[in-house]
Amino acid sequence: MIAWLRQHRDACARALGKLAAQRAATLLNAVVIGVALSLPAGGYVLLANLQGVAQRFSFEPQLSMFLKPGAKRGELEFRLRADARIAQLRFVSREEALKELREAEGLADVVAALEHNPLPDAFVLRATTGSDAATLEALATRLRALPGVAQVQVDSAWAQRLGALAKIGRLALAALAALLAAGLVAVTFNTIRLQILTQRDEIEVSQLLGATDAFVRRPFFYLGLLQGLAGGVLALGILWGALVILNPGVRELAQAYGSSFQLAFLSGTAALALAVFSALLGWAGALLSVSRYLR
Amino acid sequence: MINFSAVSKRYPGGQDALRGVSFALESGEFAFLTGHSGAGKSTLLKLIPAIERPTSGSVVVNGQNIGALKRSAVPYLRRNLGLVFQDQKLLFDRSVYDNVMLPLSFSGQRPREAARRVRAALDKVGLLARERANPVQLSGGEQQRLAIARAVVNRPAILVADEPTANLDAQSAAHIIDIFVSFHQVGVTLLIATHDQTLIERYGKRVLRLAEGKLAA
Repeated sequence: MIAWLRQHRDACARALGKLAAQRAATLLNAVVIGVALSLPAGGYVLLANLQGVAQRFSFEPQLSMFLKPGAKRGELEFRLRADARIAQLRFVSREEALKELREAEGLADVVAALEHNPLPDAFVLRATTGSDAATLEALATRLRALPGVAQVQVDSAWAQRLGALAKIGRLALAALAALLAAGLVAVTFNTIRLQILTQRDEIEVSQLLGATDAFVRRPFFYLGLLQGLAGGVLALGILWGALVILNPGVRELAQAYGSSFQLAFLSGTAALALAVFSALLGWAGALLSVSRYLR
Repeated sequence: MINFSAVSKRYPGGQDALRGVSFALESGEFAFLTGHSGAGKSTLLKLIPAIERPTSGSVVVNGQNIGALKRSAVPYLRRNLGLVFQDQKLLFDRSVYDNVMLPLSFSGQRPREAARRVRAALDKVGLLARERANPVQLSGGEQQRLAIARAVVNRPAILVADEPTANLDAQSAAHIIDIFVSFHQVGVTLLIATHDQTLIERYGKRVLRLAEGKLAA
């Protein structure tokens, strides 16, 4: 057990020695990996921050139902009250709506210029909480079929759209991350391949003198792992630097909207996960290279 | 210790390097293997550490059947053998000391014990004063002694050397053989390939003579 640990420590030390001996190459590789990883990581930071913003707005499952002139309000209200999917119901008459509009900021002049009230009577409905987009859409379709209904609008649709947009963003990000991860494995694969070629003599002699395959391979695994780790740490550095540069601008913009919003860095867990993921990708590249070029 | 019975080796391409070779080397025995170049000396020596496998017949080394040895068992076989290669295979990117340390690093030795063994091996071949030198700085004879130090650092019971005196002057060659004799005196089994007849005659040890892949009487 102690001998085994010592062998791993030695292999790690040998790998570190190799990295230190080739400082320029090591640094360049770390930069390639770091830049490649900072792209999806940066996208993740932006998305996580946007989602935080979106979640602050409540996702009220609200619908507006506009009536045709002369629609039978009482009959409609009776039917609506009978629907279990509707939790709340409020009637807004056209006069009331105009009043609200008049009170809304910056619209008084517009309203004053109107010769007659163009607004319809309306019901504002709130569906039972937890209704998803499909339920709301189904409800809206049924409401549209009622006599005297001119138009039904799902007010929370924008939130659903933002959610859908975020989903696309996440998918695009996952695809980007997968592509760059493959690139990272390829970079490590090639680095380790070159390393194996330059150490061919040492490998051959070691095998002739009784080194096991595991002994010969171990330093290369550490090499891949350490290189990946260095790249991951560099990616975190790049990300942190980018936020330091971006945040004063973001704060200024947010202040104009009366918000104290700014972009937050990755959580500790996410940062750790990024570094570990990067190290594992390096290890995978080394594994491919070793199984191809060392037998 | 080493037992060949009816061993043949045919390389891909149909060339017969060994044909029906049989001999036994007892523990502690010292034998020269000789013959013209191309007679099969190197092939015979390569069968012992399982660098090559016999095409037919059996090679038994230290009780292990080389022909049937699993790939994963080969490193452990080699650790118990001292091998001196014809082209020495020294590593010129590290010091004399580190060259000898290499075989000890495989088995995860304790550093202090390993350092002691490296110095003991270098001392035996008279290179202790040169431990920090790079092998490039050594003379031909010194490089050969370094190769021997590396071969014996694991204290093997069997030492196999392929043309260890090739390209050396008579004095350096004698020095090398004297080192082998000193290992023989402490019970190591030795098999030395050489085509140098004067050396063979001077030491009067057992001689295995190969001609066209066959062992002459």
